[in-house]
Amino acid sequence: MSARWAFLFTLAGLSMAGSACAGSPDGATLATQGNGRGAAPCAACHGADGGGQTASGYPRLAGLPAEYLRKQLEDFASGIRGNAVMQPVATALNADERATLTAYYASLQPPPAAPTTASSSAGPVLADRGRWPQGLPACDQCHGPGGVGVGNSFPPLAAQPASYLANQLRAWQHGTRKNDPLELMRGVAAKLSAADIDAVTAWYAAQSVAAQGVKP
Amino acid sequence: MNRLRFAALASTLCLAACSGAGDLPANIVAAAPSPATSSAKPQATAFTPPPESAIPNDEFGKQIELGRKIFTETAKYAPGYVGNQLNCENCHLDAGRLAGSGPLWGAYSMYPAYRAKNHHVNTFTERLQGCFMYSMNGKAPPADSAEMVALETYAYWMSQGEPVGKELAGRGYPKLAKPVQAPDFARGEQVFKRDCALCHGPDGQGQMAAGKMVFPPLWGPQSFNWGAGMHEVDKAASFIKANMPLGRGNTLTEQDAWDAAYFMNAHERPQDPRYAGNVAQTRAKFHDTPQSLYGVEVNGQVLGQGSAAH
Repeated sequence: MSARWAFLFTLAGLSMAGSACAGSPDGATLATQGNGRGAAPCAACHGADGGGQTASGYPRLAGLPAEYLRKQLEDFASGIRGNAVMQPVATALNADERATLTAYYASLQPPPAAPTTASSSAGPVLADRGRWPQGLPACDQCHGPGGVGVGNSFPPLAAQPASYLANQLRAWQHGTRKNDPLELMRGVAAKLSAADIDAVTAWYAAQSVAAQGVKP
Repeated sequence: MNRLRFAALASTLCLAACSGAGDLPANIVAAAPSPATSSAKPQATAFTPPPESAIPNDEFGKQIELGRKIFTETAKYAPGYVGNQLNCENCHLDAGRLAGSGPLWGAYSMYPAYRAKNHHVNTFTERLQGCFMYSMNGKAPPADSAEMVALETYAYWMSQGEPVGKELAGRGYPKLAKPVQAPDFARGEQVFKRDCALCHGPDGQGQMAAGKMVFPPLWGPQSFNWGAGMHEVDKAASFIKANMPLGRGNTLTEQDAWDAAYFMNAHERPQDPRYAGNVAQTRAKFHDTPQSLYGVEVNGQVLGQGSAAH
């Protein structure tokens, strides 16, 4: 790109950001009404409380770190995290709107855990101990005790819909999701069987964030 | 800098000799490191400890279980003997079971053994006490304490069926060949930023969640002290190569592992509890090895001042 084009692009970006700032809606409004420029309301899929939807596999956003959410929006927009629904939404949100929305969702209380449906004891073992003879770390070793999440790069697994978590593990396996730092999740997911995925995702869906004494 | 380079270069020449000063019995380290990259992989014939599901449901089993808990949540189950935020499991993965990660079953049947570190024959008990004094920066639990009984029971149970006094494949950390280039702070910093900081934090101080240390601090007041074996560059490099990043062991190059180990161990950490009045004397007495950066000047600072109150 020539310097001149770069300059024009920068100008365009600045003016867009400027207009958004002028009358930018707050996070709750954006989440329930969208931005009117192609970004559908988040709440339509992620729920009014940001708790996600188990039946459709939509994740909870409530209580997730803003920085993690910001990176995911960026990766949806660029396609590193392939998703036909989220790519147009993320692309339609400008930087200010992304910042507003991610801060809003980070501030919401996580929903209560799903009722326990897990019948297998394999879930808590994978979560707490992993399967080291196969080089598989315990999920909690990176995602924190009970899957509450650690820092900005290891998102919470607790109280996420099992269907969402399972879809992500399969996406790592198939390489349709590849925005993991150091390829950590692709390496882990490759060592999980279909039964492992069912067991461990059901277990995390039933874990309460509050039980670990974590405040969002 | 010249002094540093010399120390680092010299370090590559006496790998086996230096290991004897650390946490391996001296009669073991004579085993020559096998050359090049294959040296870092645990052999397939490593001993397999019994599964945890085989822990008996009786009084003996209760001690095994307590030992396992001490191993994985050390400060919680051995309060009073731990002076940092590490757990045994941080450097001995899978609750001390994993081949190539200093497994308990690899050490248990090798004691009693003479150790150059303290110039006498050590029992397994004394070896474990050393872990608490140095790696955990704490105090040695007495030999007849509940904590020590539980830990020894756990190690004994895990080692069932293995031969006594035989060096098993998978014990310790797989020795690395000497590095092609002398380990280097600046290169190590690059490796750290690229492959370590994600988990251990940009300042190496680890990350917590829900009140628990999830990723251990690599240096500073909450890490192992200057007396711990892991402060020696060759041992740290071996551990890193075989086990880091977590779940992706053996993906770093050997040079990267050496450089990252050097970088980690060129930072301050709590004082050696055997401190002999000044850093130079302490180095002469306990760290007279090129693998130790204690008392060595790095980036204008002489290491070994101790980063925690003592």
